[in-house]
Amino acid sequence: MEVARVVNVTRYFKTGDVETQALRGVSLSIQSGEFLSLVGPSGSGKTTLLQLLGCLDRPTSGQVFINGKDVTKLNRNQRADMRRGTIGFIFQFFALIPTLTAFENVELPLLLSNHNAAERRARVQALLESVQLGERAHHRPDQMSGGEQQRVAIARALATQPALVLADEPTANLDTANGHQVMEIMSRLNQDTGVTFVFATHDPRVFNFARRIVTLRDGLIVEDRLVENPAPEPVETSA
Amino acid sequence: MIQLFRNALRDLGRNRRRTFFSALALALGLALLLLMAAFISGEMDSALDTAIRLQSGHLQVRAKTYDQSKTSLKWEDLIENPDLIANQIASLAPVKVASPRLYATGFVSTRNYMSGVRIIGIDPLSEANAPYREGLLSGEFLAPDDRSGILIGRPLANKIGLSAGDQIQLSANTSDGDVTEQTFTIRGIYSTQTSAFDGAVVFLPLAKAQSMTGTENHASTIFILLYDKGQTGAVQEALQSSIYKVLTWAEMNELIIQTEDLSKGYMTLFYLIVLGITATVIVNTLVMSVFERTREIGILAAIGMKGRRIMAMFLAESTLLAIGGILLGLALGYLASSYFAHYGFYIGDIYGSSGTDFLINDTIYTKLTASDATSLTVLAFIVTLAAGLFPAILAARMEPVDALRAEK
Ligand SMILES: Nc1ncnc2c1ncn2[C@@H]1O[C@H](COP(=O)(O)OP(=O)(O)OP(=O)(O)O)[C@@H](O)[C@H]1O
Ligand SMILES: [Mg+2]
Repeated sequence: MEVARVVNVTRYFKTGDVETQALRGVSLSIQSGEFLSLVGPSGSGKTTLLQLLGCLDRPTSGQVFINGKDVTKLNRNQRADMRRGTIGFIFQFFALIPTLTAFENVELPLLLSNHNAAERRARVQALLESVQLGERAHHRPDQMSGGEQQRVAIARALATQPALVLADEPTANLDTANGHQVMEIMSRLNQDTGVTFVFATHDPRVFNFARRIVTLRDGLIVEDRLVENPAPEPVETSA
Repeated sequence: MIQLFRNALRDLGRNRRRTFFSALALALGLALLLLMAAFISGEMDSALDTAIRLQSGHLQVRAKTYDQSKTSLKWEDLIENPDLIANQIASLAPVKVASPRLYATGFVSTRNYMSGVRIIGIDPLSEANAPYREGLLSGEFLAPDDRSGILIGRPLANKIGLSAGDQIQLSANTSDGDVTEQTFTIRGIYSTQTSAFDGAVVFLPLAKAQSMTGTENHASTIFILLYDKGQTGAVQEALQSSIYKVLTWAEMNELIIQTEDLSKGYMTLFYLIVLGITATVIVNTLVMSVFERTREIGILAAIGMKGRRIMAMFLAESTLLAIGGILLGLALGYLASSYFAHYGFYIGDIYGSSGTDFLINDTIYTKLTASDATSLTVLAFIVTLAAGLFPAILAARMEPVDALRAEK
C-alpha cells in the first residue's frame, strides 16, 4: 500500500531578490512499511522534502499525497489535523517540551486527539518501554541524556500510531553509540509494527540501516535503490 | 482545561523572576489605582459631608427672592419670624433640627490688619451649631444674649495674632446698604478642621447679628438637618410653599457633585493610562516568552496542535499572570488604603484661598468602596487579557516551518 506519493514537486524559496530552488521536480512513491533513507549533501533538499511529506510546508508546484489524499489542497487547520493523525516527527535537536516529563511529552499528541486517561497511560507506558525508557517516565528532559531524549521523541512520534514517521537527521547530535541505539530502535519498531520510516541523513552509519536509499542532489533525485541486506556496522568497530 | 492551566503555570515558572516582576508591575499599578480611588472617594465623601454639616445642611428654606451670591439683607429677601417657622419645621418627624441663620458680609480689622469675612448669625443653643461648639479651641461659645461677643476661626486668629478675650473691630453691611462698625470681644476660637471655612467665617448670636445689620426678626435661611439624608426629597415636598423656596443639599452643593462626576471621568482616563503602562510590561513579557519558545511552538504545531490551542496556551498564561498580579494588587491596595483610612492623609490648607464653595477637610481619610475595587479589578483583568491577546496571536500565527527553523 502506498503511504505517500510526491508528484513533480518543486519548492522555491525567495529571500529578498535571491531565489533558492530547494526542490526542482521530485517524484517519489513510498510504500507502507518502508525504512527509507534520504541522503545527499547539505543543501540538497532533504529537509525540504521531509517538510512537504509532513504537511508542514506546501510545494511551489506539484502534488503531495498522503494515504491517497492530496495534502497540497489542505488549509492550515486541515494540515494540522493530518499531522496529528497520520504523521510523526523526529528532529535533529531533541524536540521535547522542557517543562514536561518524558511521560507528558509522549502523552501530548494523545491529548490532542481524544483518548481517555487510561488509554493514554497504557499507551505511553508501553511506548516508553519500547524505547527502553520505562524507568525514566517521570524525568524531565534536562534530567536525561541526548540519546534518552531522542528516544522519548521517537516514542512521541509513534504515540498516535501514525502511518508515516519522518526523522530529520535523528542521530546528528548523538555520539556513535547513542546514534546506533536510536537507529536500532527505529529499525526494530519498523519491523515490529510495520510503521513507515523516512529519515534524512548524510551519515553512512545511519543509512546503512536503510532498506531503501534515495539520494538527492541539488533538488533532484539522482538515485533510488533498494538494499537487500542492510548492513549496519557494529558499534564496536565504528566507535 | 486544568491541564492547560497547569502547563501555563509551569511555563510561567520557567523564568520566575520575569514572571514575578511583571505580576508585580500589574500589582503595583492596581494598588496605586485603588489608593487613588479610595483617596478621591474619601475626599468627595468628606467634602460633601463637611459642606452639609458646616454650611448647607440637608435643606434650607429661603425667601423666593433671596440671592445667595449677593448675601442680600433687604427685608423682602429674608424670612420673617424665622423662629416660628423653624419651630414648625422642627416638628416634622424626619427633621432633626431646624435653626434660623442670618448671613452678612463684612470685614474684621485690628490696628494693622484687615480681612474680609462672612458673618453668620446663629442660634447658639441650637443643635445645628454643634460642629462649631464642639470645635471650640479656646475661650467659650456664644450665648444667645451676648451683645459684644464674636467667635472666630483659628486661621484668622493666627493671622491677626489675637486670642480669646482680645478686642476686634467688625464692620458689616446693613439692610439699608450702609456699613456699620463695632468693637467686639473674641469670646472663643473654633476649628472645624476645614481651613477654608474657618478662615473666612465669624459667628455672632442671631439677635446681635440682626440688630447690627438692621434685620430684626428676620433670617436669611432656615438651616435644616434630617435624621436620614434619604428623606430630603420627601421633606422638600412637605415644605413646598408659595412664599419660600426649599433647597436641597444636592442643589446647594452642585459644585462638589459636579466635581465628583468630572473627577470620575478624569480618573477613568488615568486608570486606563496606568493600566496601559502595566499592560505593555505584560505584553513585553509574553512576547519575549513567545520568541524564546519559537521552536517549541514549531514542535507543537508539528505534532498537530492547532493555532487556536496554541493561542489558548498563551492566553492561559496571561490569565494566570493577571490573576496573580490582581490578587497581589488588591492586597497591597487594600493595605495602603486601610492605612490611610485609619491615619488619614494630611493635605493641609491647600484650597485655603478658594473660598467656601468647596470645603475639604485638612485630613483626608481614604475610603475604598466595593464598587471602585470591583470596577478596577475588572478593568485590570480586561486590560491584561487584552494585552495577552497580541502575543497569543503572534504565537498562533507562526508558520510551523519557520518556527522549527528557529535557533532555540
Ligand atoms: N525557509 C527557507 N528560506 C530560504 N531558503 C531555504 C529555506 N529552507 C531551505 N532553504 C534552502 O533550500 C535549500 C535546501 O535546504 P534543505 O534544508 O532542504 O537542505 P538539506 O538537504 O536538509 O541540508 P542539510 O543537510 O544541511 O540539512 C538550501 O539551499 C537552503 O538554504
Ligand atoms: Mg536538513
